Amino acid sequence: MRRTDLEAVLEAKGISKRFPGVLALDGVSLALHPGEVHALVGENGAGKSTLIKVFTGVHRPDGGELRYRGRPAAFGTPMAAQHAGISTIYQEVNLVPMMSVARNLLLGREPRGRLGVIDAAAMYEEAARVLAGYGVDTDVRRPLRDLGVGAQQMVALARAVSVDARVVIMDEPTSSLEPREVETLFGVIGRLRESGIAVMYVSHRLDELYRVCDRVSVLRDGRLAHTGDLAGLDRLKLISLMLGRDLGEVRTRGVTGFDRRRSAASTAGSAPAVEARGLTRRHVLDGVDVSVGPGEVVGLGGLLGAGRTETAKAIVGAMPLDGGQVLVAGTPLRGGSTTAAIRAGVSLLPEDRKAEGIIPTLSVRENIALAALPSLARGGVVSDARIDRVVEIFMRRLRIKAASPDQLVSELSGGNQQKVLLARWLAVRPKVLLLDEPTRGIDVGAKAEVQALIDELAQEGLGVLLISSDLEELVEGADRILVLREGAVVGELSGDEVTEERIMATIADQADG
Amino acid sequence: MAELTGGRAAVLKPRLYTWAQDYGVYAAVLALLLFNVLFTPHFLDVSNFRTQLVQVTPIVIVSLGMALVIGTQGIDLSVGSVMALAASLAVLYLGYGWLPALAVALVGGAAAGAAGGALVAYVGVQPIVATLALLVGVRGLANVLVPQLVEFRNPGLIALGSSSVAGVPVIVLIAAALTLVMVFVVRRTTFGRQVVAIGGNRTASELSGLPVKRVLLLVYVISGLLAALAGVLATARLQASDPTSLGLFIELSAITAVVVGGTPLTGGRIRVVSTVMGALLMQLLAATLIKHNLPQSWTQMVQAVIILAAVYATRERR
Repeated sequence: MRRTDLEAVLEAKGISKRFPGVLALDGVSLALHPGEVHALVGENGAGKSTLIKVFTGVHRPDGGELRYRGRPAAFGTPMAAQHAGISTIYQEVNLVPMMSVARNLLLGREPRGRLGVIDAAAMYEEAARVLAGYGVDTDVRRPLRDLGVGAQQMVALARAVSVDARVVIMDEPTSSLEPREVETLFGVIGRLRESGIAVMYVSHRLDELYRVCDRVSVLRDGRLAHTGDLAGLDRLKLISLMLGRDLGEVRTRGVTGFDRRRSAASTAGSAPAVEARGLTRRHVLDGVDVSVGPGEVVGLGGLLGAGRTETAKAIVGAMPLDGGQVLVAGTPLRGGSTTAAIRAGVSLLPEDRKAEGIIPTLSVRENIALAALPSLARGGVVSDARIDRVVEIFMRRLRIKAASPDQLVSELSGGNQQKVLLARWLAVRPKVLLLDEPTRGIDVGAKAEVQALIDELAQEGLGVLLISSDLEELVEGADRILVLREGAVVGELSGDEVTEERIMATIADQADG
Repeated sequence: MAELTGGRAAVLKPRLYTWAQDYGVYAAVLALLLFNVLFTPHFLDVSNFRTQLVQVTPIVIVSLGMALVIGTQGIDLSVGSVMALAASLAVLYLGYGWLPALAVALVGGAAAGAAGGALVAYVGVQPIVATLALLVGVRGLANVLVPQLVEFRNPGLIALGSSSVAGVPVIVLIAAALTLVMVFVVRRTTFGRQVVAIGGNRTASELSGLPVKRVLLLVYVISGLLAALAGVLATARLQASDPTSLGLFIELSAITAVVVGGTPLTGGRIRVVSTVMGALLMQLLAATLIKHNLPQSWTQMVQAVIILAAVYATRERR
C-alpha cells in the first residue's frame, strides 16, 4: 500500500511566512503521512528551519493553513505542538546537562510512589530499559553531560518518541553521531516508521537520505521546488533541484568543488611547512606524526573521536600536551599558546563555528580583521583604512554575502559565516591552514565554493591540513591522507591509494586487530 | 495595498526598537532635563547644576572601568573598596606632597585590580567571586591603614577637589577627559577591540591568537586604577578620608549605569558614552524626585523600573 494513500497527519497548505525584508516561506504545500520518512532538503536560507518552526509552533504562518490530523491547527507555542504529538529533535541537544540521564528522559513523567515522591529505583529501571532500545548502555544515574554527544542525542530522541508522538521532526540528527550510533538511529527510525509515526528528516548528507527516507521535499528560496518519492530520484537530479542550477553544469563540476586535475603539487622534494612529531596526550593522542608541505593538502581520516580535531588543536597550541613537538620551517614552536603558532604562520579553522569561531556580537568587518589586528594597527591604534582594504579584498574574493561589512556576523548564513572565518585567517597570510570540517553544515553552493578555494590556496603554495567526515570531500581534496584511530596514525594513503574504499578499509583493518 | 502597509509596519517596528536600544538613554536624559527646566524651580542655577555633576563624577569614573570589565563578560565588585584603599593611601603619603600621594594611591588601585585580574585570567576564578573577595579584603586593608576618619589641609589636594576652570569643576573635566580617552580606547585601539572580542567569544578569541589572559588582566588593572582615581577625587572634595564609608555600594551604581546605558552583561559590546549617560540619568532622576519632595524610597522604586526597562531594551540585542 502506498503510504500517501493514507490521510496526511500533518499538512501545510500554501504556508507563507514573512520576516522583515524577506519572504522566508512563499506558499509552501507539503504533506506528511503516517509511517513515512520524509526528507526535507534545501540550501541554507531555503526556508527549512522556518518551515520546521511553523510546524512546531515557534512561528505562526502569515498565510496559508496548517492542518494536523485532519483539522486546522494553530499551535500557539512549541509546548502546544509537543502536547499535540509533534516532537522535534534539534541539532543542538536541548536537555538539562546537570540532571541525571534518567531524569532527563522521564522529566515530568517520573514514576511516583506513595505521597507522590519520585520512585527513584523504578525511574532508573525504566530509563535503563528504554535507553537499551536506543543502543545506549550507561549508568542512568549519572548526569547527562557525562554522556557523549551521540548518546545525549539518543536520550533526546527517546524522550521525544516516548511522549506519544505522531510526528517526529529531526534536524540534522547525525551531525554529531558516530557511524555506530547512526546505525542505531536508523534502526529507531525504522521502528518509528513501522509504528505509523511520520518522520521528517532534515539533513545535508545525501547518503543518509537515500538510506532511510521514502519521500523528499526540496525547498529553494522559500518555495517548494519538488516533492515526491526518493527512490527513483537520481542523486545529481536532487542536487540540481536544491541548487536550482542546470543539471549539465552540476555534472561537469563533479560532486565537490575540488578540481581533480590539480597536479599533486609535487612537493616531495621541499621541506615541510609544518611538522608535528610524537604529539601525545593521555587518552587522546598517542605519538601522532604529521607533516604538511607547502602547497600540499593532507587529509586526516578516521572516525569521530579518533583524534583528528585534537591533532589540529595540538599543532596550533590550543591543547596542552604531555609530549611531542611542533616544528614550523624547522624551528620548534613554543607550545601552550595559539599566539606563537599564528605568528609562525599556522592557523586553525575550528570545527565548531558558533562556539569557537565567530564573535557573534561583532560585525563581519571586525570578525575578519580580528586575528590580523596587530598588523593592521600602528602603536596599538587600529587603522580603519587598512582594515577596510583587507575586508573589501576578502569579501570580494570569497564572495561573502552580507548587506554590508557592518552587518552582524551572527545574522549571516552558516556558509557565509564560514567564509568570514576563512577570511580572518587568510588576512594573516598563513603558511599552513588547518581546516577542521570546513564545509560541515553549510549549503551546497557555499560548500563547492569553499572546496574550490582550498584548491586555489594550495596552488598558491599554502599547506592545508584537511579534516572532514565527508569521505568524498577528503578523497577529492587531499593529496595524501593520514588515517587516525584512537589517537594514533594507523595508515597513510597517497597517490592512487586515496580512495573512499581504502580509507574505510584502513580504519576497519585496524579495528579488527 | 494592505500588503504594502503591513510590510512597512513590520519594518518600522524593529527600527523603532533598535532606535530605542541605541538612543533610549540619551532621550531619557533629555526628557528629564526638559522636565526640570519647565517644572523645577532654580534647576538651571549654575550652583545646582555643578552640584549634580560633581556628585556623579566618582560614579562616572568608576563606571568607565566597569563598562570595560562587563564588556568581557566579567564584573568588578571591588571598586568601592579600592576607592577606600586609595583614599587611605593618599592621606598616609600626603606628607610627601599631594602628587606623590596620588601616585601611590593609583599604584595601590592598580595592584588591587591586578590581584583580581590575575585571579580571573590566570587562576580561572569567576569574576564575581574574585572581586567579591577583594571587596571584603581591600576594605579591611583600607581600614587597617587608616583606622578612622582623617581630615587634611593639603592645599594641592583640596584644590584638586574644589577648583574650577572656566566655571567647570576640575574633577568634572577629568571625568569628561577620561570618557573621551575610553571612547578612543574602545573604538580605535587593538586592545579595545580585543576586549570586546573576548567578551563576545573567549574560545574563538583564544583560537584567533589574541593574548586573552593579558587583556583580561589589564582590564581589571584599568578598573582598579579608575576606582583609585575616583577615590582620591572624592576624598579631595570631602577634604577628609573615611575608609569605612567611602565608595560604599558604588559598585551597584556603576553596574546600574552600565546596564542602563545598554551594555549587555553577556559581554561583547561596550557603550562608553551611553554608560556615562546612564550614570547621569540615575543622578538626575534622584535629584528631580527629591526636588519635588518625593521620599528616597520612591526614587529607588523608579530607578528599579528604569533598570528593568533598560534590560528589556537590551534583551534581543544578540
